[in-house]
Amino acid sequence: MEINPSSSHEQADHAKAADQRAAEVAAISRRSFLGALLGFGTVVVGAALSVPLIRFALHPLLTKTTEIGWSDIGKIEEFASLTAPLKKLITVDQRDGWRKIVSEKAIYVLPIKDGVLRVLSPICPHLGCSIPWIEAKQQFICPCHTAIFTLDGTRVSGPAPRPMDDLESKVDNGMLKVRYQYFRQLIPTKEVLA
Amino acid sequence: MGDAQEPNGKPGEPRLNRRERIYQWFDRRTGIGSLMHEALDEPIPGGARWAYVFGSVLLFLFISQTITGVFLSLYYAPTADHAHTTVAYIVKEVTGGSFLRSLHAYGSSAVVIVLLLHLTQTFLYGAYKGRREVLWISGCALLGLMLAMAFTGYLLPWDQKAYFATTVGTNMASEVPLIGSTLKRLMRGGNEMGTLTLSRFFVAHVFLLPGAILGLIAAHVYLFRKAGAAGPPSEDPIKPRLPTERFYPRQVLMDTAVALLMICVLGLLSHFSPTDLGPQANPADTQYVPRPEWFYLPVFQWLKYFKGSLAVVGIVVIPTLTAILITALPFIDRRLERRPWRRPFAVGIYLAILATLITFGWLSRHEDRLDPAIAKQVAKQTEETEQFMREPFEPEAAASSLSAPVVVVLDPLAAAGKKIYESESCDACHGENGVGTSAAPKLSGATAQRSPEELAKLLRHPTEKMLAGEMKPVDVPEDDLKALVAYIKSLK
Repeated sequence: MEINPSSSHEQADHAKAADQRAAEVAAISRRSFLGALLGFGTVVVGAALSVPLIRFALHPLLTKTTEIGWSDIGKIEEFASLTAPLKKLITVDQRDGWRKIVSEKAIYVLPIKDGVLRVLSPICPHLGCSIPWIEAKQQFICPCHTAIFTLDGTRVSGPAPRPMDDLESKVDNGMLKVRYQYFRQLIPTKEVLA
Repeated sequence: MGDAQEPNGKPGEPRLNRRERIYQWFDRRTGIGSLMHEALDEPIPGGARWAYVFGSVLLFLFISQTITGVFLSLYYAPTADHAHTTVAYIVKEVTGGSFLRSLHAYGSSAVVIVLLLHLTQTFLYGAYKGRREVLWISGCALLGLMLAMAFTGYLLPWDQKAYFATTVGTNMASEVPLIGSTLKRLMRGGNEMGTLTLSRFFVAHVFLLPGAILGLIAAHVYLFRKAGAAGPPSEDPIKPRLPTERFYPRQVLMDTAVALLMICVLGLLSHFSPTDLGPQANPADTQYVPRPEWFYLPVFQWLKYFKGSLAVVGIVVIPTLTAILITALPFIDRRLERRPWRRPFAVGIYLAILATLITFGWLSRHEDRLDPAIAKQVAKQTEETEQFMREPFEPEAAASSLSAPVVVVLDPLAAAGKKIYESESCDACHGENGVGTSAAPKLSGATAQRSPEELAKLLRHPTEKMLAGEMKPVDVPEDDLKALVAYIKSLK
């Protein structure tokens, strides 16, 4: 069979062009593969880095920095033989971000009754005045609007909508501790103010 | 049945699918197409190369520094009495705080390293030649501003090394002839380092310098595009002859790859070896051996050789001349020859400067190691820093809060009065320690003008106005009243 030189040339040209196309296709697919890889890498690294950024910004929401902790009142023996409510001053530590706010608050430790030691908030549930223990009358009498309470905080008379508020307390290592909180005024139920 | 409606206006126009139509709508209103063309189709004579990645990487690092910086400022307070506490809070308490701060601190070192690489590449490739003088000068200005960023940022944590390194740094400014002492006081906001210094450095670091850098980056990129990419050293810097390749995709891929590698390295470093925070600055410490950040060490060492009145030569004259020499380089070296081996003199000087800097930096470390007294003090400082990092975060007592020691009453009569003040529930309305509440005025200070007798009378017989405000006459024995008055008088 006679081979036509021109046709073999053409064939060679075709082959060359095909090779070139194949090479181009390979180059393009390699390039787009690399591009996809880098795009993927960028998204992954970006996402990985945005996690600490978001957590950093949300830190105050993720941790309870403003929660009030336990304050010391005194050694438990001090209160073993109380016969009348005893007013004590406590310091309350509060966290405000990187700051520590220390404030002084008053509380009443009640005489032990049925083996239970109670701690009362002196804040009147009526309008928030602080209530003194009147030794002579053996009653808590609010100086503002004369709400009157018994030795254990039960309401006797006056405008107060509920008894005096109990504070959460515990004994830890012989130390009486209290969690100081404020409660909503003018309502018949005890509700913690956030 | 009629003909199907052409969805895209005139017949004959190619049919577009939904995505293409949205793109067309957006492009007609924003010109995003030509913008992307302008940004991505920049021709690079001789094609993409790894040597050209540094500019993009710098831009990327600047963005990273901006993001981490903005986030850090969420918890930072730039005053001398809070700065250290807030940074300690970031490092020890805030979720991811140590990581972000380390990313920012290591990022600043990375900026300096990549700046040097960018400068070196531009210099060795002769890429400042051929109508690129203004482009080069804008780059030099950016270099200066970035070094200023590193200098101002270094002070912000207000720990020992920040305080003392900046004390030395600002003292150096006073060597400038004629305006030196004014310049130093301007930087410090006074004669001494203090809270005003911190404010100034903060404003420079967060507002002024980044603003200037942003503007200069825009100018730098614009000028670069105006002059065109210079290509390899064999290329003609004015009329490029080599076949070109577009910026996208290969050069973009290379730039992105290096930027990703960079952030991964910084991330790993920050995670596994976070930056330390030392104890709070103590200006009274006379033992402290201050050492600047590593990239200022060569200058630090250099200054040791200029004693007494010669200091001005080392601090001002030679650095200024060097800065002028570098900035004016395209005016001094006007030949169009770019190949480094054909420019032995220029390349020689550059390598000499580089070698000198590295040698001085190394010498500084070496001398510190050789001097036993300094080595001991440096070890002690490292130990103090490690100790501080081990301690849990200690929140700062707010000045406005009442801590028990503050309310100690010294006078026994007044102390007795305090008890009566509380048992009579005066504090119900006048507040703890007479600070006042919404119900009644404060007693502290307000009673200073009245005599004790007058006060006692007021307490027994309140005025009409006081009675109207629900003030009750005080009903206590005379001695108790005296104590109460003494207490009220004692309130400051």
